[in-house]
Amino acid sequence: MSALGEFRNLSRSRSRLDTAGKQERSRDNKAAAFFLAPWVIGLLGITVGPMIASLYLAFTDYNLLQDPEFTGLDNIRRMLTDDRLAQSLQVTFTYVIVSVPLQLAVALALALVLDRGIRGLSLYRSVLYLPSLLGASVAIAVLWRLVFGTEGLVNAFLALFGVEGPGWVTDPDTALGTLVILHVWTFGAPMVIFLAGLRQIPRELYEAAATDGASKKRQLFSLTLPLLSPIIFFNLVLGLIGSFQSFTQAYIISNGRGGPSDSTLFFSLYLYQEGFGSFRMGYASALAWLLLIIIGAFTALNFWASKYWVFYND
Amino acid sequence: MTDAYPTTRRRRVARVIKHVGLIIVCLLMLYPLLWMVASSLRPNSDIFTSSGLFIDTFDFDHYPNGWDALAYPFSTYLLNSFLVVLGSVIGNLISCSMAAYAFARLRFRMRGFAFVAMLVTIMLPIHVLIIPQYVFYAQLGWINTYLPLIVPKFLATDAFFIFLMVQFIRGIPRELDEAARIDGAGHLRIYGQIMLPLMVPALATTAIFTFIWTWNDFFTQLIFVTKPDLYTVPVALRSFIDAQTQSDYGAMFAMSVVSLIPVFLVFLFGQRFLLRGIATTGGK
Repeated sequence: MSALGEFRNLSRSRSRLDTAGKQERSRDNKAAAFFLAPWVIGLLGITVGPMIASLYLAFTDYNLLQDPEFTGLDNIRRMLTDDRLAQSLQVTFTYVIVSVPLQLAVALALALVLDRGIRGLSLYRSVLYLPSLLGASVAIAVLWRLVFGTEGLVNAFLALFGVEGPGWVTDPDTALGTLVILHVWTFGAPMVIFLAGLRQIPRELYEAAATDGASKKRQLFSLTLPLLSPIIFFNLVLGLIGSFQSFTQAYIISNGRGGPSDSTLFFSLYLYQEGFGSFRMGYASALAWLLLIIIGAFTALNFWASKYWVFYND
Repeated sequence: MTDAYPTTRRRRVARVIKHVGLIIVCLLMLYPLLWMVASSLRPNSDIFTSSGLFIDTFDFDHYPNGWDALAYPFSTYLLNSFLVVLGSVIGNLISCSMAAYAFARLRFRMRGFAFVAMLVTIMLPIHVLIIPQYVFYAQLGWINTYLPLIVPKFLATDAFFIFLMVQFIRGIPRELDEAARIDGAGHLRIYGQIMLPLMVPALATTAIFTFIWTWNDFFTQLIFVTKPDLYTVPVALRSFIDAQTQSDYGAMFAMSVVSLIPVFLVFLFGQRFLLRGIATTGGK
C-alpha cells in the first residue's frame, strides 16, 4: 500500500486507529513516548520549527548578519515585479509539465513490454533501472554537459552524417530540453513500480476478457490501464513533487547560474541564488513558501482530478 | 501446412522483434555511461572526436591526474562522503525503525494525527526548511561540520523510511509479539529481539537507499559544507568544473567514474532489496 493509499484509508475510516482497550492504552503511551522521542524532536526542531520560522522570515528583510527586519508585504510586492522569478516559474512549469508525463509514458510502455513473462526480464529490468539510481548525481550532470556540449558526444555522432549540431547546453532554445531528456533517462524507478502493479492484476481477468473476444488493444484500455490507474496516479504525484524541486542538474550544466539566458533557471536554483548567493534570506523564504503553495496546489488538483480517472477496485 | 503454424511463427517473429527493440533501448540507456568510461581512458585529443566506444590508444593518466587535480587528493572527498553516508545510514536505521515500531504496534494518544503528520513530511520540499535550518545550525556553530547532514537522520526526518518499515512490520504476525508479551517481554525487548531481526530486509532496503541518496545528495552538502578539506564527492566534483575551466576533460571523466563506482557496487549487490523496496512502497 502506498503513502497515497494510506491517505485515502484515513479519510474513509478512522476505526483502525482506535481499537485498543483503555488499559492497554495507558501502558503504550509511555512506550510510544520512548520510541517516538527522536521523531518528535526532529519533527518539532527540524521540520515544524523551521517552517514557522521561514513563514516569519518571508515577511522580513534578512541578510544573516543583522537581525531580521519586518517589512510587511514588501517581499510579496517584490515577487509580483520580479522578472527572474517569472522566468524561473516558466522554466520550472515547462520542465515539470513536459518531463513528468513523458517519463511516465516511457516507463509505462516498457513495463507493459516487460510484463508478459518475457525471457531475460531481470536483466532488462536491472539495466533499465540503473540510470534512475545514478541520474541525481553530480557525475551524471557533468556527463550530460559533455554529451550535449558543442564538442560533445551528440554532435560527434551528428558529424558522422555531416550535420553540425548546436551547443545544446549553451543554446537557450535547447538547454532545458537536455534536462528533460535526462529526466526521461531515469524512467527506471517508476517502471519498476508499474511492473509490481501489473503483477497484481489477476491473469484470470485477461483470460476471461480473451474468451469474451476482447482484442489486445481493448484489454489494454479496458482492463490493464484502469486497474493500473492508482499506480499511475501515485507515480504522477511523486513525479510532480520531485521535479518541482529539481536542482542539481540545472546547477551543474549552467555552472550554478541557470543560464544560458536563464533558460535553465529552475525555481529551486533561483531560490538558492537569492538565499545563499545574495544572502536575501527573507526573500528566499518567501520564495520557499511560494514553492510549497504551488506544490500543494498541484497535488490537491491531482487528488481532485483523480476522482475522474483513477479506478479503485475495492 | 496447418493453420497453427503461421500463428506460432508470427508469434516467434513478434518475440524476436520485441527482444531486438529492448536490446536497442538498453544499449541507448547505457551508452552515455559506457562512453564516459571509454572517454576516461582516452587521450584528451580523442574524446570529442570519437562517438564510439572503441579505444584506439589507451591513456591511463587521467585517473592519477584527476585524483590530484583539486586542493586535496580525491581520497579525502571519498572518505568524507563515506563518513557522512555511514552516519546517515546508522541514524536512519535506528530512528526510523523505532518510530515505525511505535506507529505499527503501539496504541497511543494522537496516533492518527501523528501518522498523518509523518506522511505529510514525506512530501515536504526541503527548500521550505533550508533557510531557517541554516540560520539555526549557524547559531549552533554547525556550519562546516557534518552535523547538519547527520544529526537529522538520527531524528527520523527521512519519513519515507518510517513508512517503508511500518508497511513491513504490518506484515509480521502479531501473534509473535503477543507470545513474547505473555512471556513477560517489554516493548524494548520485543522491538530489539523480535522485530529488528525479522525486519532485516526492510532495514537493508533503508540502508541501501540512504547510502545512494546521501552519496548523490548535492543540495544540502553544497549549502552546509564550504571548506575544501570537508568537501564531499559531489561538492568536489562541482569544483572540478570551476577549477579546470574544462580543459582536462579526461580527468573530469575519470573522477566522475570513480564517484559512481560505490553506487554501482551497491546496486550490483543490493539490487534485490532496492527493487523490493520501491515495489512495495509503490503498490496500491
